[in-house]
Order: sequence, then C-alpha cells, then structure tokens
Amino acid sequence: MAAYQMNGTTVEHDEEGYILELNAWSEELAKVIAEDEKIEMTDEHWEVVNFLRDYYEEYQIAPAVRVLIKQIKKSMGKEKGNNKYLYALFPYGPAKQACKIAGLPKPTGCV
Amino acid sequence: MTTQEELPGASGTKRFLYVNRRAPYGTIYALESLEVVLIGAAFDQDVSLAFFDDGVYQIVKGQDTKGIGMKNFSPTYRALGDYEVTKLYVEKEALEERGLSPDDLMDITYEDEDDDWAEKPSIRIVSRSEMTEIMAAQDVILSF
Repeated sequence: MAAYQMNGTTVEHDEEGYILELNAWSEELAKVIAEDEKIEMTDEHWEVVNFLRDYYEEYQIAPAVRVLIKQIKKSMGKEKGNNKYLYALFPYGPAKQACKIAGLPKPTGCV
Repeated sequence: MTTQEELPGASGTKRFLYVNRRAPYGTIYALESLEVVLIGAAFDQDVSLAFFDDGVYQIVKGQDTKGIGMKNFSPTYRALGDYEVTKLYVEKEALEERGLSPDDLMDITYEDEDDDWAEKPSIRIVSRSEMTEIMAAQDVILSF
C-alpha cells in the first residue's frame, strides 16, 4: 500500500491518493499531499479545503463538484463560487483534488 | 427528427422513486440506496424518496452508532437538498406502527430557488393510500 511520508511517519493512501484513515489528517499532512499534487497552498486554497472539511463534519460526505460550487457561491459569493476560480486553484477538479488534500474520501456523486 | 416528442415529459425527465423499507444498520441497503440517490442526482431527473416499513428508522433523529462500530451516516440525509433531492415521502402508518411521530424525524430541508431560497421541509408525511398513488405515478421505482 502506498503512503505519504511525513516526519518519519507514514500515512497510507489508496491508489488515487486519498488517505485511508481520516483521523490521520493534519494541516502538515495536507501540505505533503498538496506537494504531491504539485499545488502550493495559499490562503485561497486553505479556504476551500477548510470549507470541505466543515461540510464533511456536518453532513458526513464530500460533496460533488456542482454542489461544492453552489455552496461556495452561497457562503463566499459568486467571485469564488464559479468554475473558473476553483479550477484555477485545483486544476484536477476542485472537489476531487481539494478533497484529497483535505483528507476526505473521494466526492460522492462525481460521475 | 421527431424522437423528441416520444420522450416522457416536456424536458425528457423521468420520475424516479427510491423506496426505503429497511432499518439503517445491519444490512447495507440503506447506505447503498442513499449513495445511489446522490450519484443519480447528477442526471437531472425528477427524484423522490419513499420511507415505509422499518425504512422510517433511517431518518429518525439522534442516531448513535458507537455501540455497533458503524459510521453514522444519518447526517447525509440533510445534504439531499444540496443535491436538489427535495421530496421525502414518509408513510404515516409506518411511523404509528413503530410508536414514532413526525417529531422523531430529523429536520431535513431544502432551499427553494424559485422562492428566494426560502428554507422548506423536504419530509412530507403521507397516508398509506397516498403512498400508493405516489408510487403509481412514477416512471421508475427502485426498491432497497
């Protein structure tokens, strides 16, 4: 099983890079995953990652991308709740890639 | 081409009803049904959910699964509105037969886009005979 390496500890992930043990997540691990995804975390990235973690905490699912965009639009405005802005931050998909960095499962309902 | 006219409904959408009749834990049916609903919601159909028999336990509030070592997925029903699934029909008799009332169910709501995003309840309590009519009006019924 492949794993992320961090300060001498390992955190296992599946074949797509989603961590298996959700409790193993930390902001430090997020940076390691992001580096693996070739993303440099900015405040704007963290805003989306934290939003996803809050959504998961409340509903116990990682939202599909269209649901994520709609909810971000609702809470942060249309300047951020749109495809262009979110795909610029996470080129491989604001739900799929940001969920991976957020230590969540692959989004439910991403077909 | 005139095939457009043969499709059901003006926009070609079908009416899908997901029927939930089993208790939430002990078997995988309830969770599988919920996941299929969330995935299927991407296809822009007219989706409703029905809860009767032990299925009504799926949406009872205050679920605690610590003792059985399973994930409590009941909060996910409250995300259905975000996925534009806004009709959850619950059979009144099934509740009564189990000593439950509508107050024992979770607050599951949606925001009505056509009414300035007003928050509205998704749960609709219906009688057994009303449920029969709802089922008869569907194009597709998936039973879990």
